[in-house]
Amino acid sequence: MFHWLEKNPFFFASAISIVISFAGLIEIVPNFAQAGKPLIDMKPRTVLELAGKNVYMKDNCMSCHSQMIRPFKSETDRYGDYSLSGEYAYDRPFLWGSKRTGPDLHRIGNYRTTDWHEAHMLNPPQIVPGSIMPAYDHQFENVADIETAYAEAVTVKNVFHTPYGPEIKRGREAWDAYRPTLIEEARLIAADMKDERVKEAMAKGDVPEVVALIAYLNSLK
Amino acid sequence: MQSNAALEYDYSLAKKFTFLTILFGFLAMVVGTLIAAQLAFPELNYLLGEYGTFSRLRPIHTNTAVFGFTVSGIFATWFYLGQRVLKVSIAESKFLMVLGNIQFWLYFVGALAATISLLLGYSTSKEYAQYEWPFDIVVVLIWVLWGVNMMGLIGIRREKALYISVWYYLACFLGVAMLYLFNNMEIPTYFASGGLGDPIHSVSMYAGTNDALVQWWYGHNAVAFGFTVPIVGMIYYFLPKESGQAIYSYKLSLLSFWGLMFVYLWAGSHHLLWSTVPDWMQTMGSAFSIVLILPSWGSAINMLLTMKGEWNQLTDNPLIKFMVLASTFYMLSTIEGPIQAIRSVNAIAHFTDWIPGHVHDGVLGWVVFMIMAAIFHMSPRMFKREIYSKKLMETQFWLQTTAVVLYFTSMWIAGITQGMMWRAVDEYGNLMYSFIDTVTVLHPYYAIRALSGVMYLTGFIMFAYNIYKTMTSGRVLSEEPQFRTPMA
Repeated sequence: MFHWLEKNPFFFASAISIVISFAGLIEIVPNFAQAGKPLIDMKPRTVLELAGKNVYMKDNCMSCHSQMIRPFKSETDRYGDYSLSGEYAYDRPFLWGSKRTGPDLHRIGNYRTTDWHEAHMLNPPQIVPGSIMPAYDHQFENVADIETAYAEAVTVKNVFHTPYGPEIKRGREAWDAYRPTLIEEARLIAADMKDERVKEAMAKGDVPEVVALIAYLNSLK
Repeated sequence: MQSNAALEYDYSLAKKFTFLTILFGFLAMVVGTLIAAQLAFPELNYLLGEYGTFSRLRPIHTNTAVFGFTVSGIFATWFYLGQRVLKVSIAESKFLMVLGNIQFWLYFVGALAATISLLLGYSTSKEYAQYEWPFDIVVVLIWVLWGVNMMGLIGIRREKALYISVWYYLACFLGVAMLYLFNNMEIPTYFASGGLGDPIHSVSMYAGTNDALVQWWYGHNAVAFGFTVPIVGMIYYFLPKESGQAIYSYKLSLLSFWGLMFVYLWAGSHHLLWSTVPDWMQTMGSAFSIVLILPSWGSAINMLLTMKGEWNQLTDNPLIKFMVLASTFYMLSTIEGPIQAIRSVNAIAHFTDWIPGHVHDGVLGWVVFMIMAAIFHMSPRMFKREIYSKKLMETQFWLQTTAVVLYFTSMWIAGITQGMMWRAVDEYGNLMYSFIDTVTVLHPYYAIRALSGVMYLTGFIMFAYNIYKTMTSGRVLSEEPQFRTPMA
């Protein structure tokens, strides 16, 4: 049979395709619907938090930080309750990470505050002596792309039925109407911050990346 | 037409992709060495402002190593050995030549553009699949072009039976196509929101646990079908060719090939042990990882036994050294992986530096060694010149071997140290170390790893120089060498 296959490339390629498809079909498909269920009463992230998640992705925080607390006492002591599948149900993409060069962040909102993050992002070794994390000063200069975050909320609401309210809908008008809500949310964060650049940007109606990022980190609970 | 005359193969495409292999290999290693050094000396994060942090550069390192270096190596070797094992020159078909050139230019420009996009911070955040949707489309196009080219060449072949290497290249094409397509399903937010925001941004089709499962089904098997399958295909061609020995066992080849095809993909979920994916999937991942030793070692042993009775070649032909060491590292890496996939070991190893250690003994020791050996073997045949310097090859071999050993030993120690410290408790059951204690303790190992990076990179530059000199000033060969590659 193998000799015959090796002379018939079409059937050979078909045989490979069949053999390699098994694993995905059996491992991924059966649990798909169940693994997608959120916890009861769980709310999706606000648009500002989504913008922060996008900053987290842009600066690729998950190359050093995980968001997956494993069910070991040493981890629950250090980071808090172990992670549950339903907590991630609205996370697109998942941001579990695969390497802890720095600590896990899945429940960082429980034990770090806005001003801690501000000082830490400006100069990590000053807050945590010995830290090898670089400063992310540019997050104080760059303006967060909140419009794209809104577009993302609209997309997941319309395509995946993520339970956002009626204020999240297609088109520029809806965005213009929503924008002040977001700015207000950002102001609450920025009120706890000292950096002049943040204050200036907020006064102009812009949201610096670091404000969005901190909103996101605070939401990780 | 050409049935009686010796075939003249057309190596123009193989040459082009060989240049890219060297270029992207160099880039991937420069960035890799830099980010390794950043972990030991954090001040190095500030060389390029926003664009120079470890976090921004790491995906560039990984993606350039996978989609730059390795994929061009796969293309280069395919356009060389594909013709030879199928007994047909690609120049016999104008169509395939044109297609191949389109593939080359699209790939070159696409790879550069995608790298720049990562530097700017466009990233879907899924490991080795960070490219945003426009670049995904380019990747798919390139892959389809290559697939059509491969099928086309197979279609006009003279040798009816497909040689073992062709099985592996076919599997590489099919496997990567399937994985890449499913894992990169994403929806551009610009179009779904009525024209708001950044057109390049997209959102994954899968969420949370499902996204993780699909991602690691992909991530693990991108390694399978990018870093294992085609490289095995290479060694099945280049080792017998270089040594003049026939493959030890056809049956073992069969077992290893079909075994690898069936088993490999199940093991993806071992990346998610102790996570929130269902336990039975984790157990499947663990179990199949162990089974995976069989087909992996099957290929490696088949290669080593191919050298049976000819081990003297190891002492006087550095090219054989490269390939034998490559299969040895393949064995090391494919026993190490299953060990890490055992639940209790994984509890310590996961999230630590042991994982990059494992990746690098596989990639630096197996993938890069094999691709360099392939280029060393192909160059005298493509450029019709002798290898410029055997001595340089020897030096490079020992320098890089030492570098790989330093890399993985330091990362083993670092990983296990950190894993043990995270879980260490005092007599009252309280955690003994704060997180930062487990970071500062790693400094010497990070420094050793950075040094190993510098050594490996130096070796690669020696390799590039040797190939360059071979092309330009190696002694001209009057006829193609049959087996052993001539070197000065």
